[in-house]
Order: sequence, then structure tokens, then C-alpha cells
Amino acid sequence: MSKTLFEKIWDSHVVIDEGNGRSLLYVDRHLVHEVTSPQAFDGLRMSKRKVRRTDLTFATMDHNVPTSNRSLPIIDQTSATQVKALERNCKEFGIELFDINSPDQGIVHVIGPELGITLPGATIVCGDSHTSTHGAFGALAFGIGTSDVEHVLATQCIWMEKPKTFEIRVEGKRKNPHAITAKDIMLSIIKKLGTAGGTGTTFEYRGEAISELSMEQRMTICNMSIEGGARAGLIAPDEKTFDYLRGRRYVPDNYDKLVEYWRENLKTDNNARFDKIFTLHVDDISPQVSWGTNPAMTIDVTDKVPFPKEYAKGNPEEEKAAAKALQYMGLKPGTLITEIEVDRVFIGSCTNSRLEDLTEAAKVVKGQKVSSKVRAMIVPGSQHVKKQAEELGLDKIFKDAGFEWRESGCSMCLGMNPDILAAGERCASTSNRNFEGRQGSGGRTHLVSPVMAAAAAIKGHFVDVREMDLN
Amino acid sequence: MEPFTKIRSIATPLDKVNVDTDQIVPKQFLKLIQKTGFGQYLFYDWRYERDGKPRMDFVLNDPKYKGSKILLTRNNFGCGSSREHAAWAILDFGFRVVISTSFADIFYNNCFKNGILPITVGENSLQKLFESKSEIEVDLEKQTIKSSDTIVSFHIEPHWKRILLEGLDDIAVTLKYDEAISKYENSHKISDPKSF
Repeated sequence: MSKTLFEKIWDSHVVIDEGNGRSLLYVDRHLVHEVTSPQAFDGLRMSKRKVRRTDLTFATMDHNVPTSNRSLPIIDQTSATQVKALERNCKEFGIELFDINSPDQGIVHVIGPELGITLPGATIVCGDSHTSTHGAFGALAFGIGTSDVEHVLATQCIWMEKPKTFEIRVEGKRKNPHAITAKDIMLSIIKKLGTAGGTGTTFEYRGEAISELSMEQRMTICNMSIEGGARAGLIAPDEKTFDYLRGRRYVPDNYDKLVEYWRENLKTDNNARFDKIFTLHVDDISPQVSWGTNPAMTIDVTDKVPFPKEYAKGNPEEEKAAAKALQYMGLKPGTLITEIEVDRVFIGSCTNSRLEDLTEAAKVVKGQKVSSKVRAMIVPGSQHVKKQAEELGLDKIFKDAGFEWRESGCSMCLGMNPDILAAGERCASTSNRNFEGRQGSGGRTHLVSPVMAAAAAIKGHFVDVREMDLN
Repeated sequence: MEPFTKIRSIATPLDKVNVDTDQIVPKQFLKLIQKTGFGQYLFYDWRYERDGKPRMDFVLNDPKYKGSKILLTRNNFGCGSSREHAAWAILDFGFRVVISTSFADIFYNNCFKNGILPITVGENSLQKLFESKSEIEVDLEKQTIKSSDTIVSFHIEPHWKRILLEGLDDIAVTLKYDEAISKYENSHKISDPKSF
């Protein structure tokens, strides 16, 4: 029988099939961080349970770590408590930890692929909704809550209702791939599907516009699957995938043999059917800017802030939500997007903090100065990304322009560390969520690509990055 | 986990779509390392002014709904972050039931794990419940929601129904399959291509 890539990975991980769509799946890799794990470890202690497979479990601290000087203690006592709790828990239960001083530390979804923990065909879970990122390697990867973190620690398995399959076809060729990025593709998809469009499904991204993306760009795409409501998003592995992972620290010794097998098997069969299909043509898409308080409230940079009625297309609840979003964002309908001024710029997060993101942003910044009205910050996704960027001299380009060059972590994507927006501050951000208060209570987030964020930092307002020289 | 039977209470109407977990519990409260005590932070930024005074126009501050165990809300509730703190806050505040037309997948799952019953109903039924001023009775055994003028039946996976009714420990249930897990583990190694 013909199968989709998702069905193949699902079927090969079923331990128990209850026959009603619900299965117990085996988990190949479990990633752990400081915010969603303390209660899980406590649960194990209370029930006197152990971690079943310490060799398949990896931990790091990323969500609330400061991105300033690492040699100083963490000032926020509650953050320090969580960081210490993770250290204690990893030691007690025998889990490998990339701690705050490790050269491998970074955002969990950046270091997984970087260290070769992420593998094609594997099942990967983490107590974080952006676990979907790892789907870029053809892994079935999804976020789980803390009770499931405890469940996986104790059993190395997870109960799942089998999601439906959803093909996201991305066709055509971008006219200017430096200006129209993976982020713009993904925001365009979410804009059309809505934030609940993928609920109960797993996305598989296919088509020529996906094949031509680099691995880092594919990670940006899969990362935001959850913003379209899908817990997981997959891209079939290809030579780019195999080349990216080859030689990384945690890949199995018989890697090339595995590649032969993956090459033959990890793909959707020709006759396989998806439950749902959506197609995006990228030939004419523009750089995207979010204007509201969820990622579907997004529009072309060349456009104007929409009227709630126009956005809602007849849905009264959505119209009400859009009016409220505009009020929160302090925006008037009809305002040109390029007239919106920003106070802050954040380039970072598991969506856009990898070397290529920084390299592209640096092309915009080189030889320019950050607007005197803007405070701009670069937060590399990991210590490895930071080091590589410094070897290329990117830090110097950013610092010379007036950007802050920080240590790695989740930082202002969710503002659990000191990097937050003040109430009313407006930020061009390369992160994934523009929810109310996400980057700081009362803060206003506009989601954009790294090049769009860099351009906004220089000009002090949004600009169509296609008008800049990016080569 | 406290077994779930029948819940009878006035329902708190939260008339919003796409409520994300960042709103249910803002990030500054995720740093606790216990599961309890999150109720005071539920919908914090909607519930309180910046100076900490309650916003009287927010439904959770309306004395009419004090002690309510049922939360009514609109489409796509619980989207965004996987933070289970959202479910802990809802439970700790006193809700045992959330009714909507749809839930985000991770949040939906997190509810069951904490003894909260998330119920999906059709748009018309939800509207009727929003308009109902009387108490609502949720009967898990019969899978019905009753108000003074309407009865709605709902679907729930038999597994979750059992877990809730009996207040079972999910991990203990899975550990009964220990043998099957070990067998799978022995035949499936990620370094063995044939095991895929």
C-alpha cells in the first residue's frame, strides 16, 4: 500500500496499536529544557521511577538564560532556581546536559541538528511546541506538555491519536531569494491557512520551492508548523539533509549505510494520498510583516494595515479579534506598513537564529548604522553559531552598526530572561509569535524575516527589503 | 488525579477566539518548579491592570461567576506554546471543564493529563450555552451537557473517558506494556536501518 512519509515513520514506531487510531509510539530522541521539565522530574521522584533511556535523552538550558555576560551569576532568582533544578535533575537521573557554560549550549532546536542528535526517520519530542523544527530532517518531531515529558522519561513512549496528513505544496520560484525568505513563505502559508488550519494534522511540505531551500531555511519552515496549528511538519530528507548531518557528533557510526536506506525509503510514495492539500505559489510573494496578535494576522510589506472587516471576511468573531488586535498594537487601519516605526529589533529565536540568518542580515547591515531611535539585538541560536559568525567577522559588522551582540538562548522570543519589551514598545522580530505580551507585557511584536528586521533597524521603520542591495 | 464525575456549575463565558497559552499564563509566571499555585496567574494580563488592580470588565473578575467550574470559550482555544502551566492554572483556579468549538492539539492533551475535561461542540450548541444564564451540568458518564433549555451530547475518546472517570495515573497504565516496549526496543535501533 502506498504511504506518506508521515505514515511510514508513524508505522515504524508503533509499540501498541489500540486499533482506534490511538497508539503507543516509541520515542527515539527526547530533548529537555529547564522550563517544562522540573515538574516532570519531581513526578518521577515521587513515584520512585527512573529515566528509562538516559542515552536517548539530552538536556540544555535555553528559555530563561541571560544573554549577557556568562561569567556572571543569574540575577533573577526564579530563573536561577530553574537552571539549578535542571542541573540537579540531570545529575540525579544521569542525563547528558549542555549547561550554560558548555560550548554546545544553545536553543534546543538549534543544537539538536547541530550536534547530529536529530536524525531522519526518527521520532523526536520535547516539552516545547517548536519541536516541529526537527521535521526539516524528515523526523517526526512534535511538542509535548510536562506530563508527557514525565511519561517519556519513564517509558520512552508516548500515546498519540494518529493525526491526519496534510500536504503543503510550495510551487514556483522566488524572484529574489535573498529578499523573499523561508520566513516569508511560511508566513504566507499561515496567513492563508489560519492559526488553526492544521489542527489535528501533520504537515508535509513538498514541491520545488521546498527542495531548493537550504537545511537552515527548511528548519524555519518546519519550526512554524505549530503556528499553523500542526503539531509536526515534515520535509523528506535529500542529499542536502544527508550532507548537513554527516560527521556531526551524535550521528551513528554507520551513517553512510543509514543514508542509503533513508534515500530509498524516507519519502512519500507516488500514489500515496493526503487527507488535505494546500498549495502556495511563491513566484509573486512579497516580504511579510505581521500587524496583529497572531501569526495569521500578516500582510505584504507593500500593503496597508487592514480594516477588521476586510481581514475577517464575514466572520464576526475574527472581526472582533482583529479590532482588539489593532487596539493592542496601536495601529490605524489604512496605515502603510512601511510607515510603521519600530523601537526595537530582535534577530534570534529557534525560527531565525542560525548562521545563514545572521549572514543574510549582515548583508543588509554592512557599512550602515542602526537608526538612532532603535535598540537592536542579535542573539545567535547557539554557542556554535556565535563562534562561526565571529569567525566570519559578522559580529564586527553588527557591532559596528550599533547592534548588541549577545550570548545564545531563546531571549526576547518569549522574554523569560531580562530581554523584554517595555509596554508600548514596538519590535521587528524574527521570532515566531506575536501574541499579546509575548515579548514583554504590553509589547508590540511584528514578525518578519532576518533581512526585513535588519532593514527596519537601519531605517527605523519597515522597508521593502527588495529595494536594498543584498548581493 | 481526582476522578471526574458530574460537574454542575454556572459557566464563565470567555467570548474570544484563538486564545493562546501566552494569555492563559504569561511567561513571567512559568518559572515556578511546582504544579500548584498557578491559578492566581490565570489570564493575568487580562485580569489585572498594570498596577495590579483587577480589571472589572474582565469576566473572571465578575462576582457572578465566582466558584464557576466550567469555562466557555470560542474557537481554537489553547493555541501556541506547549506550556502545561496553562492547564495547571485553569485547574488551580477551579475549572474542571472547558467547552469550545475547537482546541489546539497540545493543550487538549494537557487537559486530560490533569483531570480537566475539554469538550468540543458545534457552533450552534456553543452559542446556546453562551446565551444560557442558568447552571450547566456536565455528565461525563453520559457524555452530555445540560442547561435549562438545551441538552448537547459530546464525543470523547474512550481511553480519556476512563482515565478521567477513574482518575488514573497515565504512566502506570503504560508501564503495564513494559514487555512490549522492551521487545520493541530490542528489535528497533536507530543505528539499524532495517528497523525503520
